Amino acid sequence: MPAARIMNSETARYLASRLVTTVLIVFGAMLLLFTLTTLVPGDPAATLLGPQATPELARRFVHDMGLDQPLHVRLWRFFAAVLAGNLGVDIISGRSVVSIIAAVMPYTLILTFSAIGLAVATGLPLGIYAATHRGSVMDNVLAFVSVAFIAVPSFVIAIFLLLIFAIWLGWLPVLGTSRSGAFLDEFKRMILPTVALAAGWIGFIARLVRASMLEVMGEPYIRTARAYGLSERIVTYKYALKNACIPTLAILGLGIGRLLGGAVLVEIVFARPGIGRLLYDAIAERNYPVVQGTVLVTVILFVLVNLLVDLSYSAIDPRIRREAISSAKAA
Amino acid sequence: MAFAVLAVLRRTCASLTGAMGFIVVALVAILAVFAPLIAMHDPDRLDVLNRFAAPSAEHWLGTDHLGRDLCSRLVHGARVAMGVAVTAIAIAMAVGTMLGILAAYITAQAERVVLIVFDVISSFPSLVLALAVVAVFGPSTLIVVVIVTVTLIPHFGRVARAQVLALRSAPFLEAERILGASGTRMVFSHIVPNILGPLLVLASMDIPVVITIEAGLSFLGLGVRPPLASWGTLIQDGYQFLSDSWIPVLVSSAALAVATLGFTLFGEALRDAVDPRLYREH
Repeated sequence: MPAARIMNSETARYLASRLVTTVLIVFGAMLLLFTLTTLVPGDPAATLLGPQATPELARRFVHDMGLDQPLHVRLWRFFAAVLAGNLGVDIISGRSVVSIIAAVMPYTLILTFSAIGLAVATGLPLGIYAATHRGSVMDNVLAFVSVAFIAVPSFVIAIFLLLIFAIWLGWLPVLGTSRSGAFLDEFKRMILPTVALAAGWIGFIARLVRASMLEVMGEPYIRTARAYGLSERIVTYKYALKNACIPTLAILGLGIGRLLGGAVLVEIVFARPGIGRLLYDAIAERNYPVVQGTVLVTVILFVLVNLLVDLSYSAIDPRIRREAISSAKAA
Repeated sequence: MAFAVLAVLRRTCASLTGAMGFIVVALVAILAVFAPLIAMHDPDRLDVLNRFAAPSAEHWLGTDHLGRDLCSRLVHGARVAMGVAVTAIAIAMAVGTMLGILAAYITAQAERVVLIVFDVISSFPSLVLALAVVAVFGPSTLIVVVIVTVTLIPHFGRVARAQVLALRSAPFLEAERILGASGTRMVFSHIVPNILGPLLVLASMDIPVVITIEAGLSFLGLGVRPPLASWGTLIQDGYQFLSDSWIPVLVSSAALAVATLGFTLFGEALRDAVDPRLYREH
């Protein structure tokens, strides 16, 4: 068989297996969420309507929610509704869960993306510097700072930032978002949450870029490039950096779950609106449809980003794909 | 055996960061085990007239919003953090290792199912999943332990499986098999002792992760229930009364930061001392 044919069929098989796993994960999440809601202790009507609910009201509620149907019918209805893009209705305000999530989603996405941007913009140069100055004092300092940033939970970093910049120095406004939509004010309010969320990733990326740069710098093709008399700058930035960036891309995918979890806590520390705040409030109010919808959307987002990163990763470096296939075959 | 452990420990503490990590780990472990003997006050005793007291000889780190001794609460917090971490990791390690060994020995189809289940579990954003479970069952320490255990099982399962696959065709195992050793004997007398080292390193690296999840959930009021002193609930208490005093928030956040950093430094030094190549993929 010609080499191109083999590649194509391998690519197709890899794509297919990744897609199947992704679908399985989303269905698994839906099943889990459904099971959880059937396990809610006590009578749902009494919990949700409060002690003053009359028996008729409770009966109508149970009927409206479809809770008097057998389990398999409810499961089927739940799956059908979710696949149709219907995540149910907020039991307190009566608004659709999809529209509530859509309203707060931009806040979380902006926070997450600015954190990723800041982490790459800071971590990448730090990693390159550490790799090109291996063994220097600065390299050791950076190594320690990176571990510290990775190890210390982001909500603790958020609290430290809050103490230093808002309480002791009084430099930045901290809590909430700007109501008027004034750009500068909103920008200032974004600084601390973004830094808190990005800190761990700065450490991750700096370490990873350093390690993969050092690995790549030992490769024969770099020696060849040097032997050709190319300047160190061109060798470092044009040849070494390009290959050293691939693992960074993978980490962005793997870390997204950590980042979403961190965003929940950071949003709460800084009293910002967003998915985390929504989920937190919904749990406090026992607003199950909102909890269910928010968790499901988060899982889907997470899985999709992972899939995208995985596919782009294997497009950049075909060896990954082949490794994945050979390990699948060996299994 | 004891000599080998000492040798690994000496290599772990050879670097400055490894030694720092070891000191923190030892300190937290001692605090956790001997908390009632070390704490100078009852961590739950209220003294409302004496709330937000400044640090003094009586109360080394001052008191919180209910006049409880902050230092004693931090000491007992070490006990909660270590209790949750050790319980969850021990169960996850036992279950994960068994599944991993099983996956390496069963049919290819069954193995694939186990691996997909591992993939599915590790593809969940665990904190968000934890929030969904807490929303239904209400917060409790037990829920925290269960969630952490489930998310950690694939960690141990994958490493155990990879180790067994590498070990399977080793001559001494072949010899045992030819001599007619039973499956149980093979697993418990030969395989488990040989793969235990890497699994223990993994366990030490998971401790700060578990401490972070427990503290995060407790900080949200969705983990350990008050009045039990967890570092997360201490930070939450302090955060709510930030306008009265910043000392409780500062000392409890600092305790959590030092502990997670110390355990991470120790875990990484231990990994490097045992074999750095083993974990590159994780």
